[in-house]
Amino acid sequence: MKGIIVDDESTAREIMLEMCKAIPEVEIVALFPNAIEALKYVNHNPVDLIFLDIHMPGMTGIDFVQTLNDAPKIVLTTSDTNFAIEAYQYDFIVDYLVKPIPKDRFETTVKRLRRAFIEPLENREETTGNQELYINIDRRLIKLRFDNILYIEAKGDYIHIKTVKEEFRVHSTLKKINDKLPDRLFMQIHRSFIINFAKIIDIQDNSVLIDRQVIPISRSNRPVLMQRLNLL
Amino acid sequence: MEQPTLDYIQEISGGNTEFEQKFVTVLQDEFPKEKEAYLEFLGQEDLEKASSVVHKIKHKFGILCMHDSYRLAVSYEEELKEGQRELEKEFTAILEAVHAI
Repeated sequence: MKGIIVDDESTAREIMLEMCKAIPEVEIVALFPNAIEALKYVNHNPVDLIFLDIHMPGMTGIDFVQTLNDAPKIVLTTSDTNFAIEAYQYDFIVDYLVKPIPKDRFETTVKRLRRAFIEPLENREETTGNQELYINIDRRLIKLRFDNILYIEAKGDYIHIKTVKEEFRVHSTLKKINDKLPDRLFMQIHRSFIINFAKIIDIQDNSVLIDRQVIPISRSNRPVLMQRLNLL
Repeated sequence: MEQPTLDYIQEISGGNTEFEQKFVTVLQDEFPKEKEAYLEFLGQEDLEKASSVVHKIKHKFGILCMHDSYRLAVSYEEELKEGQRELEKEFTAILEAVHAI
């Protein structure tokens, strides 16, 4: 998700930028001190999300919202509670934050953003997206269900797809197959391995056990993997 | 007078001292400009514009955990919008004290 921050106070922009670091899915691509500059930007650079101050000189946040044709999701930030009712008449407004924003309140915003962005994507994948992948083996197209795939290993010019019952050798790359796999189920944990997240038996140090195979986790992928775990 | 603290900023930063330092620098740059603008608008009897600056300053009081000063600034902002300035002395005294720090 690409986002921008619009606030005429630099202290507020800096705080919001720091808070956004708690949302790995959000990349803040620009900060603006007023709505007019932000409007010029979004007209040429579509964004998914705007953190928008209401009380700004020239054009207020509410004026800004009213000029948008195809509005992205918006989180309003303000020191006033007076605009709350007006704000919620727009369905693209995800949240309304009163400054200074308490950290635990921002965590609620993060949850709302996840609900607004990630869950619809996941549901779409489940309801309308593919549940399987076809691979070409000797001019025969074989259907593999995602939930039957354990892991995929790259070996030279080939990838080896290990399923619950079989193993397939396909002339392809990890990058190509990764683009076809749903993110909610699969993750590349090493330059040579993509795993089905649901098939992990255990994780020890820098390796994952799936089936009877010990699969290495690269140092750079370990934090992302750990973040995805529903850890007690 | 209520003393400003960086407790809120430290909570947000989660120990990121680089951010804390950057924030203090931004604050040191922004606050005097806002104070000057506020006094200028007040001198011009432009209470509407003065209230807009008070709006920004009150946010800084909040960030600096100055809760009583924040509440006073909320009332003063409303007062200025209505053309009143009864809380002027109290508010300006807080501004001067914060600036001195």
